[in-house]
Amino acid sequence: MQLLLEQLINGLTIGSFYALIALGYSMVYGVLKLINFAHGDFFTMGSYIGYTVLVFGAAALTVQFGPWIGMLSAICVAALSLTIVGLLVERVAYRPVYPAGRLPAVVSALGASIFLQNTIMLIWGPRYQAYPAELIPVVRFQFGQINITLLQIIILALSFFLMSALYYIIQRTTFGAAVRATAHDRNTASLMGINFNRVILFIFTLGPALGATAGVMVGMYYRQISFTMGWNFGLKAFTATILGGIGNLPGAMFGGLILGVLEMLGAAYISAAWKDVFVFLILILVLIFRPTGLFGEKIAEKV
Amino acid sequence: MERSRSSGDREVVLVTKDLTKIFGGLKAVSDFDLVVHKGEILSLIGPNGAGKTTVFNVVTGIYKPEHGDVIFRGTNITGKKPHQIVSHGIARTFQNIRLFPDMTCLENIMAGQHCRASSGLFTSVLRTPGMRKEERRTREVAERRIAQVDLARFKDELAKNIAYGSQRMLEIARALASEPRLLVLDEPSSGLNPKETQDLMDFLKRLILHEDLTILLIEHDMNVVMGISDWVVVMDEGKKIAEGLPLDIYNDEAVIEAYLGKDDEGDEHVGPVVHW
Amino acid sequence: MSALRNIFKNTPWFVPAAFTALIIVYPFLVSNYFIDIAFFFGIYALLGLSLNIVLGEVGLFDLGHAGFYAIGAYVTAILNTRYQIPILALLPISAFAAALFAYIVCSPIIHLKGDYLCIVTIGMGEIVRLALINNPFDLTGGPNGVFGVDFPKLSPGMVIDSPIKYYFLIWAVVGLSVLGLVSLQHSRIGRAWNCIREDAIAAGTTGINVRHYKLLAFVIGAGLAGVAGNIYASKLMCVSPESFTFWESCLMFCIVLIGGMGSIPGVIIGAGFISLFPEIFRPFAMYRMLVFGSVMIVMMMFRPGGFWPRKRGGVSFRPLMEDSVDGAV
Repeated sequence: MQLLLEQLINGLTIGSFYALIALGYSMVYGVLKLINFAHGDFFTMGSYIGYTVLVFGAAALTVQFGPWIGMLSAICVAALSLTIVGLLVERVAYRPVYPAGRLPAVVSALGASIFLQNTIMLIWGPRYQAYPAELIPVVRFQFGQINITLLQIIILALSFFLMSALYYIIQRTTFGAAVRATAHDRNTASLMGINFNRVILFIFTLGPALGATAGVMVGMYYRQISFTMGWNFGLKAFTATILGGIGNLPGAMFGGLILGVLEMLGAAYISAAWKDVFVFLILILVLIFRPTGLFGEKIAEKV
Repeated sequence: MERSRSSGDREVVLVTKDLTKIFGGLKAVSDFDLVVHKGEILSLIGPNGAGKTTVFNVVTGIYKPEHGDVIFRGTNITGKKPHQIVSHGIARTFQNIRLFPDMTCLENIMAGQHCRASSGLFTSVLRTPGMRKEERRTREVAERRIAQVDLARFKDELAKNIAYGSQRMLEIARALASEPRLLVLDEPSSGLNPKETQDLMDFLKRLILHEDLTILLIEHDMNVVMGISDWVVVMDEGKKIAEGLPLDIYNDEAVIEAYLGKDDEGDEHVGPVVHW
Repeated sequence: MSALRNIFKNTPWFVPAAFTALIIVYPFLVSNYFIDIAFFFGIYALLGLSLNIVLGEVGLFDLGHAGFYAIGAYVTAILNTRYQIPILALLPISAFAAALFAYIVCSPIIHLKGDYLCIVTIGMGEIVRLALINNPFDLTGGPNGVFGVDFPKLSPGMVIDSPIKYYFLIWAVVGLSVLGLVSLQHSRIGRAWNCIREDAIAAGTTGINVRHYKLLAFVIGAGLAGVAGNIYASKLMCVSPESFTFWESCLMFCIVLIGGMGSIPGVIIGAGFISLFPEIFRPFAMYRMLVFGSVMIVMMMFRPGGFWPRKRGGVSFRPLMEDSVDGAV
């Protein structure tokens, strides 16, 4: 039982990473019908920027203001930087290709991904980099049978906060309605006076920012980061997006959490080596029996 | 509404019995019965949302009905896949014209012949004499049909590049290429100008005369309905509310009410406009 | 060949003739290093052609094609090193294994809408790769793979064991494949595939068994990729999972798109671009991938139809963000 609970917590933790990254994919896909392959690299870049901030700046900050500030500043700097990178990528690699269609956009996205990944490698080097230890005091808590570290609590809390905030914005504000409307039918939305450029601004700043935040947290959690981790996390996060139903933001959040939990349970009860296979098999099974994902897609087709 | 078709001993081509199609909570089609006789032109009319296209989609295999049967020339085709239904001999066109835009007009029509040919993988790769003979035949049938709709000059033109009216005729030619016994047309005159509409009507009348064909169509244009139908069936809110000879239907109270709306006394005439 | 004359009547005769002459003469003019580069050009051409059937002709998003390639290569490697089955005999066997795998695995998912199919193919490709790494039943050699693969023997005297012989082998296979694929393009099957790409629902109501032809495309595409795997395995004399990553699937995808979807000459050009580009830019070692990525973006901006778009107006893409009516593209 203890193992189960532990794996559940671990699962929710990685699930939060997947969820935050998945939100970025889901937003872009919902509005543009584009699989943003570069998104995994936004996540990676966020992680590396966080690393740089912590390694070169945190010492001073930590001494002055305490360890929490180190972490927060890493996240803020990373998130902010990625909003700029995200907008740049949209402007340079995607916008000119929209008129050409979905498949050319996929190639362009892959090209952007190659470009970003190699930029990261050139700046930070091809070897693994390590996040500083002890950023957050290593404290374990025990609640009955549940074993959880302080870091995990922080990660879960922060992720929950961010996801709730995004959920609130999307579901409860007027602008959020505008985003949803654009995702549903771009032309009608613009006829209704919705400023498409604002929507693009929103999804290409918030998405990358969330991904970057996940990147910093991943760095803190695993300690080791590499410039290719975008592929792995990105693929799993995109899987989560599909699992939850493309274009469905709450679905992406739950998809990510579910995926994380499944992965950890698979690793614990089946085999660590085969956990990824297990995850993909679940995905395929879900899609066979629920072709539009667990929470369904909203688009109906009129023949 | 008496049935005064000279139906007597005329062969029945299509029958639907108690056809019901439900989407989510909505009964799009409800206990719908239809009988189509060989060689006739039957028009299915009714206000928007009445369920006419849904009936077509069930008959042609795009939807599976929750309840009821579709029987074509004695065979129960309910729930069969669209391509199987084409093999049986029903061909259709769509309300929004669904051609293959980046293929030539001739290729579009050749696609219709697909189910009447049988070359498989190996014969196609090796281009056996049998396969080449079939290709020739496919091409010949397509050329005949494209000439029949007077579009031969566009045969190597991409389907997306020809005029709207021509695209409608092209879609009909593609349907005809599959050698159907029943032609199912969904609002064929939609978007056509009066001359094109008249040409279409003449074309369909000629078709019935010269080929072993029955036509089932959905129409909003009352000119067409009155002009060429042998029988008219009226739907509203998923149900059949009337059927009969065109003139009887035109004067039928229930039909007029369906088009005008029951509560709308004194509203402008919003129903079909007929120029006799 | 009279059967094909009709198809090629619009191509000036000297184009394929010149290309063939170039292929024949090339290896005698350059060193082994460049012959090997041309060999891999051939492998990518074959892979590109195999994916083109699925992606170019039918319009199905397949981002897991490396999985079929891997199966062909591993079946060859394992059966040859364990049971000494000759490489050439394993060519059809590997093709068949890959094709069978495609049939079994794609049957339950072939009806999925475009982007969902995409992620499932990615998943399939990853499952294959992960399964190979995990060394089930001690068959696949784990991350190190299988080594000691033999040379193909055409006849007792004629063994394919030098770069130039491999070069001619792969390009002969590519040549035959091109003939077969062009023939298919101009047949009932090719037309059915194109109709499905254009509008799958209309294809169904026109009389085409959409499910059957989609599966057929995958099966043939997988078989051809399996052939490429067989030749690759014997050339390298070993196979390992790192040759069959998601990245390889992406490369193949780009070959088809950059070359020209559905266009056979285009795909070959695309393969040339993908395999020669890194070579040409080797002096810039560090920056060449940056340039590569940039070129991909720029190409899609200015020539989204590819280097050599399918003739007759090319394949048009519905602009991004128009409502897509159906799963096919």
